Amino acid sequence: MSASLSLTKITSQKGMSIADAAKRTADLGWTPSYVQEAMTFPTDYKIKKAPRDPMKQVLRSYFPMQEEKDNRVYGALDAALRGDMFRNVEPRWVEWMKLFLSIIPFPEISAARSMAMVARLAPGEELRTGFTMQMVDEFRHSTIQMNLKKWYMENYIDPSGFDITEAAFGKCYATTIGRQFAEGFVTGDAITSANIYLTVVAETGFTNTLFVAMPSEAARNGDYALPTVFLSVQSDESRHIGNGHSMLMSIINDPDNHQLIERDLKYAFWQNHAIIDAAVGTIVEYGTTNRDKNKESYAELWHRWIYEDYYRTYMLPLEKYGIKIHHDDVNAAWDRIVKKNYVHKTAQFFSVGWPVAFWRQEAMTERDFEWFEHKYPGWYAEFGNYWKWYAKLSQPGEQNILFNQEVGYVYPHRCWSCLVPCLIREDIKTDTVDGKLYTYCSEVCRWTHKTAFAAEYEGRPTPAMGRFSGRREWEDCYHGWDLADALVDLGFVRSDGKTLVPQPHLHFDDSKMWTLDHVRGNTLGSPLRTLREMTPEAREASLATYRAGFTITSPN
Amino acid sequence: MSLTQEPIADAKPEPKSGAAGAAKFAGSESRKYNYFDPKGRRATHYEDMTVDVQPDPARYLLQDWIINFADGTPTYSQSWTQAKSSNWHLFRAVDQEWERTHYQRQSTIVGMIANVTENGRRSGAVKRFDRAWVKVLQDHLGAYKHAEFGLGMATMQAQRYGYTQMINNAILTNSSYKLRFAQDLTLYLGEIGLDLDKFDQDAGKAHWLDDPLWQGVRRLIETIGGSTDYLEQYFAVNVVFEPLVGELFRSGFVMQVAASQNDFMTPAVVSAAEGDYERNLANTIELYRILVNDEHHAEVNRVLFEGWVNKYGTLATEAAYQLQPIWSQPRVKIAPFVDALEQSHDRLRAIGAEIGIDVSSVVPTR
Repeated sequence: MSASLSLTKITSQKGMSIADAAKRTADLGWTPSYVQEAMTFPTDYKIKKAPRDPMKQVLRSYFPMQEEKDNRVYGALDAALRGDMFRNVEPRWVEWMKLFLSIIPFPEISAARSMAMVARLAPGEELRTGFTMQMVDEFRHSTIQMNLKKWYMENYIDPSGFDITEAAFGKCYATTIGRQFAEGFVTGDAITSANIYLTVVAETGFTNTLFVAMPSEAARNGDYALPTVFLSVQSDESRHIGNGHSMLMSIINDPDNHQLIERDLKYAFWQNHAIIDAAVGTIVEYGTTNRDKNKESYAELWHRWIYEDYYRTYMLPLEKYGIKIHHDDVNAAWDRIVKKNYVHKTAQFFSVGWPVAFWRQEAMTERDFEWFEHKYPGWYAEFGNYWKWYAKLSQPGEQNILFNQEVGYVYPHRCWSCLVPCLIREDIKTDTVDGKLYTYCSEVCRWTHKTAFAAEYEGRPTPAMGRFSGRREWEDCYHGWDLADALVDLGFVRSDGKTLVPQPHLHFDDSKMWTLDHVRGNTLGSPLRTLREMTPEAREASLATYRAGFTITSPN
Repeated sequence: MSLTQEPIADAKPEPKSGAAGAAKFAGSESRKYNYFDPKGRRATHYEDMTVDVQPDPARYLLQDWIINFADGTPTYSQSWTQAKSSNWHLFRAVDQEWERTHYQRQSTIVGMIANVTENGRRSGAVKRFDRAWVKVLQDHLGAYKHAEFGLGMATMQAQRYGYTQMINNAILTNSSYKLRFAQDLTLYLGEIGLDLDKFDQDAGKAHWLDDPLWQGVRRLIETIGGSTDYLEQYFAVNVVFEPLVGELFRSGFVMQVAASQNDFMTPAVVSAAEGDYERNLANTIELYRILVNDEHHAEVNRVLFEGWVNKYGTLATEAAYQLQPIWSQPRVKIAPFVDALEQSHDRLRAIGAEIGIDVSSVVPTR
C-alpha cells in the first residue's frame, strides 16, 4: 500500500463549506406577510440590528458533539461507582449538594424557556440557530443535573434531602434566593431578563465561579462526579456567551438603549454577586474539608474570575460603546467579600437556620479555623466563638442555635431584592414602595426594587419592566408557627415521621439525630412584620441596634 | 473519609465510608424521589428527570412566584392558554424524552442522513435522478423546508408558556426535531446540488415566498406563529398541520414518488421527519386526551379543540389543495393526489378519535 493512501483520501468528496452551511440554514426564516409573529414578551429596548451568529455551527454537528459529551459524562459516572467513589467522598461536601442541586435545574430550564423570548425579539434569522442550540443545551443541563442528584441519592450514605429535592426547592429558606435568580431569567422585560441578566452577566461572568471553581472543590473532596457533569455543562456556556454578546451588540449601537443597558448591567451584576457569591461562596468555603493553604480562597477565585476575567476583559470594553460601567459596584462587591465577610456571614446565616434546611451542616473545627484565619485574617475573632457554639449545640437536647439566647446571634432581616438576608448589618437600608416598608441588604438592592423594577426609569416609561411579587420574605410564611409544625409542613422530616432531615452534624446514627421533639416549643417569626408593626421611633431605634451588629458570647 | 466533628461518647462507631449502606439510620434507605406520584407503579427515569422541576404554587412553591410581569401576570400563568385543566401535572410525555435520549436519537438521525447523503453521492446516485424530479426537489422540497422551520420557531416560542415541565419539555423536543429537520433538508439539498449542473439553492425560498402553490401553507404556518396561545400552537402543529399538510407532502408525495424517479436518497432523509412526528404525535394525543377527559373542564376543552380543528383545518385543507399540482410534476406518476389526501383525512380522523374530538368540520365522517 502506498504510504500516501488513506481512507480519508479514498472516501473524500466535495461538500458544503461550514460557512456556506451556516449561511444556508440562516436563510430558513422569512418576514411574515399574512400574519405577524405574536410578540408576546415585551421589551422597552429598541432592536434594529440583526445579531450575528459568532459560532457558525449547524445542528448536524451539534447533536453528535453533545452525544459524545454525554457519553463521557455517563461513562465517568459509571467509572466513579466502579472505583468506589462514595467510600472516600467527604459527606460534608455531598450534604451541600442537596442544596445546590435542588436549586440549579430550575435556573437551567428557565434559561431554555428564555430562548423563546430572545429568539422572537431578535430581527433576522442568523442567531436563531444559536438560540436553538442554547435552548436544547439548557434542557440538557437541567436533566443531566437531575440525573446527577438521583445518582447521589442512590449511592451516598444519607439520601434524605435528595429524595425530596424539588419539593424542598419550592419551600426552603435558602433556595428562595435560587428562585429569585431563575425567575429573573424569564420574567419582566425580555432583554433585561433573557439577555442582560442571564447571558451577559450570569452566564458570561458568574458561571465561572459556579461551574468551574466549585467543581475544583468537589474533586478535592473526593467527588469526581460533579466536576465531570459541570465542566461538561460549562463547555456549552461559550456558545451562550456568544449568543448574549451578539444580542448585546445588536442593541448597544442605539444610544436610546444605553440608559436601559446601564440600568440592567447594574441590577444584574449586583444581584448575581449577591446571590451567586452567597451560595457558591458558602459551598466552596464551608462545604469543603480540604484546607490546603496553597489553594485559592473564594475571594481569590472571585478576583480571578469576576474581577480580572469578567470585569476587566468583558465589562470594561463596553465603555467604548458609550456605556457607563458601574465600577463602584464592582469594587463594592469586592469589598463585601474581602472586607465585610459576606461569604462568612452567609455561611453563618445558613448554619443558624440548620433546623429549617434539608441538608446536614457540620460545625467548623480547629483545622478549618486555621485555614480561614490564614486566608481571611481576623476571621477567628469574628467567627471563632460562633462555630464553637455551633459545635456545642449540635447535640440533640441542646437548645438549637436558631433560638438559643445565650449565643448572641441576632436573626437577620431579609433583603426584599436579592432575598439574601441583610447580613452586613451596617449596610441595611429601608425604603417604602407603594406605601409599604421594605428592608434591603445594600443600597443597590434598594435601588433595584425602588427604581429599576418600576414603571418608569429616570423619567423614561418602562412598561415592560417586571415587578417583585409573591411572599418574598420566607420568614413571613411561618410567622407565629412552632418550629416543629413548620418542619412537618415543609416536609423536612425523615421517613420515620419524627427524625429531622436536617442535622447540625455528620453522625449517621439515630441516637445522635435530632427529632421533632427536640425543636418543638420555638416560635418562628417575621422580622419585617415586626419592624412594620413598630412605631417610627421604635423602628429607628431597632434599625440602629441592628446596624450596630451583635456580639457572639464565649461558649466556654 | 474524615469526619471532622468530634464523635459523641457512648455512641456506635462512625462509619468509615460515605457509601450507601455504610450505616443504617432514619431515612438511610429513602432512595427514590418521593414528591410526585408516578404514572405507573414506579417512576420512570424520565419522570425523575422532569417532574416538578418547574414549580407550581399549588404544589410546593411556598412563596408563590416572586417576580411578575408589569401587568401582574406571574412567571408562569394558567391563563396563557384557553384550555383548562384540573391538574396540569398529570401529563407525561409518551416518548419519555430527557436529555440523553434526545441527543442519542438526534445524533443517530444526523448520522443516518450523513451516511445516506455521502454514500449516495459517492455512488453517483444524484446524477441519475430524473431531471424533472430534480426540479421538484429544488422548488418544492426547497420550499417545504421553510414550513418545517416555521413550525420549529412556533414550538420554540410555545415551550416558554406551559404550566409544567412535562408539557414544556415535550414542546421543546418537538421544536428541536423540527429545527433539525429544516436544517437536514437545507443541507441535503445543498449537498446534492453540488453534484448537479443546474441546481438553484435559492429557488426553494422563492417558491415559498411567491409561488401560489405554497401560499396556503405559508399562510397556515404564519397563522400558527401568530397565535398567542401555546397549546393552540402545539395543537395546530401536530393535530392539524402534520396530517393534513406535513405527512401529505412528505409521505403522500416525496417518499412514495421518489424511488420511481431514481431517487432512493430523499425518502431516507425525509423518513426521519416521519419518525419524529410519530413521537410528537404520541405526546400530543396524550396531552389533549387528558384535557378532553378532564373531570371539570372536558366539555370546554372539547369545544375549544374542535374550534381549533376548524380554524386550522380550514386553512390546512386549502393549503393541501393548493399543493395538488405538484403531484403532476414528476415524470413518472405513481401516487395520485386524491389517494394521498384521503390518507391524510383518515389520519386526522384517527387522531381525532384518539383524542376524543369531532373533526368532521374538516373531514367528513366516513
